[in-house]
Amino acid sequence: MIRDITLGQYYNVESLIHRLDPRVKMAWTFMYIIGLFIINDFIGFVFAGICLALVIYMSKVPVKFMVRGLKPIFFIIVITFILNMLMIGGEVLVKWWIFSITKEGLKQASIMAIRLIMLIIGSSILTLTTKPINLTDGIEKALSPFKRFGFPAHEIAMMTTIALRFIPTLLEETDKIMKAQQARGADFESGNILRRAKQLIPILVPLFIGAFRIANDMAMAMEARCYRGGDHRTKMHSMQYEKRDFVAYGLIVVFLAAIILLRIYF
Amino acid sequence: MEKIVRIENLIFKYANNNDEKRVLDDISITIDKGSFTAIIGKNGSGKSTIAKNINALLLPTEGNVFVYEYNTKADEHIWDIRQCAGMVFQNPDNQIVSSVVEDDVAFGPENLGIEPQEIRRRVDYALKEVDMENFRKRPPHMLSGGQKQRVAIAGVVAMKPDCIIFDEPTAMLDPRGRKEVMKIIKELHREGITVILITHFMEEAAQADRIIIMDDGKIEMDGSPVEIFEKSNRLKELNLDVPLAVELRDRLLRKGLNISKDIIDKESMVDYLCQLK
Repeated sequence: MIRDITLGQYYNVESLIHRLDPRVKMAWTFMYIIGLFIINDFIGFVFAGICLALVIYMSKVPVKFMVRGLKPIFFIIVITFILNMLMIGGEVLVKWWIFSITKEGLKQASIMAIRLIMLIIGSSILTLTTKPINLTDGIEKALSPFKRFGFPAHEIAMMTTIALRFIPTLLEETDKIMKAQQARGADFESGNILRRAKQLIPILVPLFIGAFRIANDMAMAMEARCYRGGDHRTKMHSMQYEKRDFVAYGLIVVFLAAIILLRIYF
Repeated sequence: MEKIVRIENLIFKYANNNDEKRVLDDISITIDKGSFTAIIGKNGSGKSTIAKNINALLLPTEGNVFVYEYNTKADEHIWDIRQCAGMVFQNPDNQIVSSVVEDDVAFGPENLGIEPQEIRRRVDYALKEVDMENFRKRPPHMLSGGQKQRVAIAGVVAMKPDCIIFDEPTAMLDPRGRKEVMKIIKELHREGITVILITHFMEEAAQADRIIIMDDGKIEMDGSPVEIFEKSNRLKELNLDVPLAVELRDRLLRKGLNISKDIIDKESMVDYLCQLK
């Protein structure tokens, strides 16, 4: 069962959005989030919403997957909405005991909620259409100008790559250890939280020892394959921008400009 | 014959161990270019330590190890040595770097700073060599042990080494995976790569041109399989297995059959027995 897990939430289809350079997608996500905070009227959200819907349509990822990301933060959205609604003063619509709902409060609360929802959906497009490994490569490439100031772009990317590679291996290891402990009578399912936490120790100790052993073997295997850090290193996929990537960059500018204009004139 | 590896009076001790035990005790070996050498011994006999000394992952306490003319102690040639003498380890899981098969194969060439197009060519070639070209986009954790080990071999082949050291490559595999890996090792040898196979399976060692038997940090026996299996009693004294065909030959000899000492594998044994009737 553990062998079937998918890493991250990548949704595997062919689409224009999937093929875009990860750097473009990261820039888009970043600028889109900034854009969401510039918007302070419903007309802006309508515009951003249309853009978002268009991108979702082009990505060929079912909307169901986009919305799934909202579930864990649904509670936060509701609380934000209620707090905003009650805290902002102005023209009173409903009054009950010490609570009063104002027109301005209702508007601000809706804007906040819409902003959060669109933020989550928008950024999940990045992870849904980009493999974690490509995302890592993209981050390395995007951050490499900062190497001059001693920023370890390559090291971070290499660490992430290896971490991604070992998630399934360590899960398998955990599974094995748990089964071995259960075979000798360990009980992971009963008792209160404290008891259960204690029962995790016999899993964690061998797991950590195993991880250190793996790290040691891995370091040796990497050295044997001439790994010596990021200098002199080339890449098989040399990540070249294509025409579509430049178009996408251009569209970011258009998108931001439109949002700023909407804010000024409406 | 050009020598690819030259080990001269190698003594090795683990530095942090206070006891003076020599893991390798005055070992001298030369390996011919293009040969297939098996190094066999029990656990703790020092066979893996030899492998790591050839690859400069460990450095001699005393003595010298040369790969071509490069001394492993000379820092400036360490990457040439590791490129010339590639190494495949025991656990396939712990030597695969990337979560995509072809990216992992590309890891070695990328470290050597090779042009992207050339890396592409080498990766395709290496995956073909190990018969894994249909798995290029797969995540390694979905592969069988034998397949993973083949990917690891491809990762070394893509660096175009002259010599590959296999450090118990089949120890963690099932019989099928073991067969697949041995087949590829023999193919690579046929194509001119010098193979040094560290193993504790005598059946595998018997397929080499030369067998070196290690015991307690010393070389106990060294010779062609025929020479080694002539002294099968000595092997048993060292608690090592003898291939089934050799065991059968010895028993037939004892029964008074006139059987050639050259018969050491199943095929020649079958040929011989079929001529008997």
